[in-house]
Amino acid sequence: MRIYPPKPETVYFFGTCLVDMVYPDAGMAAIRLLQREGLRVVYPQAQSCCGQPAFNSGFPDEARAVARKQLHLFPKDYPIVVPSGSCAGMMHRHYPALFAGDPDLALAEEFAGRVFELTEFLVHVLKIRLEDRGAPVTVTWHSSCHALREMGVIQDSKSLIRQLRNVTLLELENEHECCGFGGTFAVKQPEISAAMVADKAADIRNTGAGTVLGGDCGCLMNISGALQHQQVPITGQHIAQFIWERTNG
Amino acid sequence: MAETTGFDFAKNIRHALGDQQLRKNFKFAMGSMIQKRRLIFADEAEFEQLRAIGSAIRTRALAKLPELLARLEARCTQNGIQVHWAETTAEANATVLEIMQRHGATRMVKGKSMVSEEMHLNHFLETRGIEVTETDLGEFIIQLAGETPSHIIVPAIHKNKAQIARLFQEKIPDTPYTEKVEELNAIARRTLRRKFFDGQVGLSGVNMAVAETGTLCLVENEGNGRMCTTVPPVHIAVMGLEKVVEKLSDVPPLLRLLTGSATGQLISTYFNMITSPRRPGEKDGPREVHLVILDNGRSRILTDPQFRQTLQCIRCGTCLNHCPVYTRIGGHAFGHVYPGPIGEILTPQMVGLREAGVLATASSLCCACEAVCPVKIPIPGLIRELRNASYTATPTGRVPGEGFKRNLPETLAWKAWEKVNRTPALNAVVTRLAGLMGDKAPRLGPLKLWSRYRTPPQVARRSLHAMTRAQGVDDE
Amino acid sequence: MSDTARENIMRKLAAAVADRPAQIPETGALPIPALCQAEKIEQLKHFMQSVRGEVHVVKAKDWVSRLQDLLRPRALKTLLYGPATPHGKILAAGWPPEDPGLPRLVPYAGPVEDFKSELFQLDAGITGTLGAIAENGALILWPTPEEPRLISLVPPIHIALVDAGNIYCNFSDALTAGSWKAGMPTNALLISGPSKTADIELTLAFGVHGPREVLVLVLEA
Repeated sequence: MRIYPPKPETVYFFGTCLVDMVYPDAGMAAIRLLQREGLRVVYPQAQSCCGQPAFNSGFPDEARAVARKQLHLFPKDYPIVVPSGSCAGMMHRHYPALFAGDPDLALAEEFAGRVFELTEFLVHVLKIRLEDRGAPVTVTWHSSCHALREMGVIQDSKSLIRQLRNVTLLELENEHECCGFGGTFAVKQPEISAAMVADKAADIRNTGAGTVLGGDCGCLMNISGALQHQQVPITGQHIAQFIWERTNG
Repeated sequence: MAETTGFDFAKNIRHALGDQQLRKNFKFAMGSMIQKRRLIFADEAEFEQLRAIGSAIRTRALAKLPELLARLEARCTQNGIQVHWAETTAEANATVLEIMQRHGATRMVKGKSMVSEEMHLNHFLETRGIEVTETDLGEFIIQLAGETPSHIIVPAIHKNKAQIARLFQEKIPDTPYTEKVEELNAIARRTLRRKFFDGQVGLSGVNMAVAETGTLCLVENEGNGRMCTTVPPVHIAVMGLEKVVEKLSDVPPLLRLLTGSATGQLISTYFNMITSPRRPGEKDGPREVHLVILDNGRSRILTDPQFRQTLQCIRCGTCLNHCPVYTRIGGHAFGHVYPGPIGEILTPQMVGLREAGVLATASSLCCACEAVCPVKIPIPGLIRELRNASYTATPTGRVPGEGFKRNLPETLAWKAWEKVNRTPALNAVVTRLAGLMGDKAPRLGPLKLWSRYRTPPQVARRSLHAMTRAQGVDDE
Repeated sequence: MSDTARENIMRKLAAAVADRPAQIPETGALPIPALCQAEKIEQLKHFMQSVRGEVHVVKAKDWVSRLQDLLRPRALKTLLYGPATPHGKILAAGWPPEDPGLPRLVPYAGPVEDFKSELFQLDAGITGTLGAIAENGALILWPTPEEPRLISLVPPIHIALVDAGNIYCNFSDALTAGSWKAGMPTNALLISGPSKTADIELTLAFGVHGPREVLVLVLEA
């Protein structure tokens, strides 16, 4: 069980490269959620990527070089909030090993200790209360592998959805099965990845929900891309954006 | 599938993904095994405690491996078990053959043994005039079909009842077509009972070998293992050298983990602990018991402190059951003895990256395997290490074939990625350009592969960097 | 060949573990629950019955006659036993010489080589046990010269006698209480029920190569 700090005055926000480029609205929604809870949010403009794509593909030196750059951009002792279980997992779980034997190891360990996935931060540090202002809707939830297995935050994410009283959450039959994104896996083993996302899409369709929520943009990009390719009118949305839209009125 | 060069993983994958019957069989079977395991380990905290013990037992055994093997050999020898050593599978096969020839034996009955698959023992013996009968029902089925196992625990899982019924009818004399499991079972029982009776040599694997007492332990449900190791006058056990455990007290936790993880059982029907051949006055049991200890690359794997963890494996097969990739392509697609997550890390280390490094690409690093491994092997981390080894410019001899995948396009691509992400101004430019293209980027390379099955991602016109600047979010 | 292989392998292994850390992980022990005899009997029954074992709790002095009651409806022709065992002697003493409703007692008196064809035709075998394990419903057998291994394997029915006072809470308990590490027999066995397989479509089927029925008599004082 992770030990959480008390509510701070200021937090850093690490947007992640996918949010930056493909889902910036989700990133902005997350920032607004944090600001609405009274926090000052700092977004260091020089940030880019956590390094995971190279790290998982067999290029640890390149990953370390990019990670090192991030390490020095968040110098103050503020929590670092990340709207992605996968990127949070990379930094929280893998940065210390990535910098083993490196002069920046102490910094990496200190940094890693300050990294929080967005929903775990909202639940355990801010103890956020949500008031649903939206119309009734049914949604389903996809558990990203790293949010589930590296960060252990799925219950936190789902508890936020359950706070929204006009939202019916229908669970997937195989919620915990990988959607097949796996970063470069989707292009290194495209047919296997396609088979996995096809099954995930079918599982989503079978719930009858109109929207699939997730906490990881890699998964969302993968799943939405597949649903659209099949011309299935179900939208994928990041949980931050969903919560912001429904509680902002 | 023969373990030679000429292994076409991509072709195997396409073939497997196109085989709807195969996918249906595996989906049902793996789902079922996942359920059973979840029921038997319903208390997650208890499971974590138990597998911490299991991991420590295996780690300790590997840390002391030469000492424990020496002790095992000494105790076994003291007890009358003849111990043989084999560096290669060729040596192991020669040893088995020599024992059989010494006894003029031409009929062997076999319990399930993955090490014997590594040895390609059946083929080796059959081409030398020896009848080898697989007696585990799953192995019996695939032997009739002329196939190799597709799973470590349930070798014939890729076949359904209809396929097995047809196989029995075609290959076993005087056998009608029946899909009733009880009847198929009875046919196998009848056929194999005769083989047990007539067997001259029984061969088995070893689930755990206890150094403290010189005891070979075997887990099974059918009774064929006990038949093979008790009825024929000679018993040969073949074992990978990593399977030794230090003490008897190590056995109960590992047994609990093994049966729970492999088949979702509290305990198997039989747990068979063999310490010696027939002693004076005893009326049955083999007069000779042989133990063949096989290296086949394990000693090299032991050298590397990280990769050594591969050898903790107790061959439960649960990583296969939980793997979304294995579930969709089955075991044969992997083209080697050990499929699934454990196969992805073990095979390249045994046969080299050049031959099998491609297996390490068949993972989305979802970590489902790691979450259930009863001895806590960090499989995703080791897959990652193998990927690193595949591309490294500075080989250190950790795995044969390091750097085999190095190529200019990928090297340059990742160097470019690194430069862009280390240079904020460059990152901003690239992001802006991508934003202008939206979803209209040329569908080359990765984007082409992506777009075969999904709409391409729509890169936003305005990045989060731009939005936060525009919204006045603090920079520091 | 084997000696050279041994030398080479040991040399490689020794070099491989030369970096052994000073601290080798010690293992915690599995807790041994504290159960009373009645609870242990109940657990044993529960787990054996869940895999089609048949368990009867009987008074020790009555076991032979209770066994006869259980066997009559089965119409068996032969029952294999170890004549020199204490329970074998009791069995023989209490067995009517020519009762067509009961199986004929067949002693396992000589080596299997003299007996194999007949052994494979017998209907049932009866053994004692070293005890049983409550936590998973397993019988513990240590075959002996007087009670050979194949009695509990070859005939399709295995009858086992368990002394209620010899039921252990779990396997660790049995190993420690019985000091197994002081000397292991040729063959020690845990048997948790009739033989089974799920190799065909994961459908459970009973009675494969080992016995298809296991009948346990738990003997209470």
